[in-house]
Amino acid sequence: MSEKMTNSCKGTANVQLMQGNEACAMGAIKAGASFFGGYPITPSTEIAEYIAREFPKLGRYFMQMEDEIASIGAMIGASMVGHKAFTATSGPGFSLMQELIGYAAVAEVPLVIINVMRFGPSTGLPTMPQSGDIMQARWGTHGDHSIIALSPSSVTEAYYMTIDAFNLAEKYRTPVVLLMDEKVGHLREGFDISNDPEPEIFDRVSAHEGKYVPFANTESGVPPFVALGQGERYHFTGLTHNEAGFYTSDAGKVSEFMQRICGKIEDHVDEIAQFELDAMDDAEIVIMAYGAVARSAHETVESLRNAGHKVGLLRLKTIWPFHTDKVRELCAGKKLVAMPEMNMGQLAVMAKAALGDMPFLPINQVDGRLIKPETIEKAILDKLAEMGGDR
Amino acid sequence: MKYEVRFSGTGGQGIIRCAVLLAEAALYDGYHAAQSQVYGPESRGGSSQGEVVIKDSAIYYPKVVCPDVLLCLSQEAYNKYAADIVPGGILIVDEHFVQRTGIEAESVKVYELPIVVTAQDRLQNEMSANVVALGAIVGLTEIVSDEAIERALANNFKAKVLPGNLEAYRVGVELARAAK
Repeated sequence: MSEKMTNSCKGTANVQLMQGNEACAMGAIKAGASFFGGYPITPSTEIAEYIAREFPKLGRYFMQMEDEIASIGAMIGASMVGHKAFTATSGPGFSLMQELIGYAAVAEVPLVIINVMRFGPSTGLPTMPQSGDIMQARWGTHGDHSIIALSPSSVTEAYYMTIDAFNLAEKYRTPVVLLMDEKVGHLREGFDISNDPEPEIFDRVSAHEGKYVPFANTESGVPPFVALGQGERYHFTGLTHNEAGFYTSDAGKVSEFMQRICGKIEDHVDEIAQFELDAMDDAEIVIMAYGAVARSAHETVESLRNAGHKVGLLRLKTIWPFHTDKVRELCAGKKLVAMPEMNMGQLAVMAKAALGDMPFLPINQVDGRLIKPETIEKAILDKLAEMGGDR
Repeated sequence: MKYEVRFSGTGGQGIIRCAVLLAEAALYDGYHAAQSQVYGPESRGGSSQGEVVIKDSAIYYPKVVCPDVLLCLSQEAYNKYAADIVPGGILIVDEHFVQRTGIEAESVKVYELPIVVTAQDRLQNEMSANVVALGAIVGLTEIVSDEAIERALANNFKAKVLPGNLEAYRVGVELARAAK
């Protein structure tokens, strides 16, 4: 496992002090993003600022819209004609985008939505962190659908994960959400990718055999994408549609469509869901965490290890699809699984479902501050004492 | 080695920029550095706090727990943070804006310096108070090298305002040495 993904990068000859938001914008440029449609909002604004400055120099498009509803509309249009389109927003803007996220899911339009999560609900605490949009990313738009969401823990990872987000959007023809904690978005730390291998960049597949069928029921579940204006005339709609893209209410067709648009992601969870395991081999206690909190959890692991407890870290880099089977397998036989989150226990719902009867300790803090390593440590030690274990 | 520095004052004083400069200089000196901040929704006025963790190994939890050095450019900042300084740590306050009430630990070394007035009168530029303060911190602690700070200043300021900021840094260092 790459060590630098969760932590700071030390001073090297080519090191730069980089902010998470800036790294994200750089990652988007690297991934080939060519259209930004957005409305600036704290704590994501630095991404829009960076793109507004850099995109014109690269001949790419930055468009500030009147609000977030129009922003995602513009992104969808841009993506339909072949752009890699993205936006950067936060809770209130993400709420406004929900309706068209559903449209993009159903019309299978690749999009990347960077949500630098701030404290909510509503306007909340604009400059303070909360991993409050975990469930909104999954179920914020109505109806059954699937979605991909990732959460970076460091500035370097914000860069690479943004590239991943674009690759996944292109590969699976889906909206992808980068759920970045404010504490990562606004963090500045060492950044040096000068010696890293060139990241793989994936572009949507347009190749097809014979007549183009825009929503073909392919084996992978992902139809090839020929951009509008490239010679194929076809129909996009938010209505449930057949392979040609026109409305259908035929029960068999509707069922097949639903299975395909959910299955193209859920059936590839092994490929999509990424984890980072640290000190897990002999661990009796597992701390499961993501985003900024995973950094605190890492220190808790070190501290408890020093005190003689066998603790490991299971870091979820992918939030959605949630890999229930893998989480269960990694935690099987452990004495305790603890899950610190900067919310009231949103992803804990999924963890609990995966773990069944295994001892589970959600650790939740919603006060606008990053959970401290000591807070996690104390909760675990208290729980162990309560369970009658050693201290 | 782990060193924690917190800069605090009022929004608009360049508090966060000051933290960015120190973090950048620490990287140039080969350390790990993490810089974060806490501020309100307003961009000017209101309290502002920037912090830097400098370490010779990887930084995971990126926030300051108990600062080794605390800078306070406002009374509110002093009231809020002075009690957090580690025993034997350093407190730097602007002597014209902060009345100490003794909430810092007794072992804390206190430096009451004319930071803002120096920027106003000697440098004719109140906006450089943050860099004067940075000079004072580095002058007192020598946590990073002058070369690293100069490189960070050059990276953060346009050529037109760079000489003024280099001068502000040197003046800050002098203030500290005189008080030592």
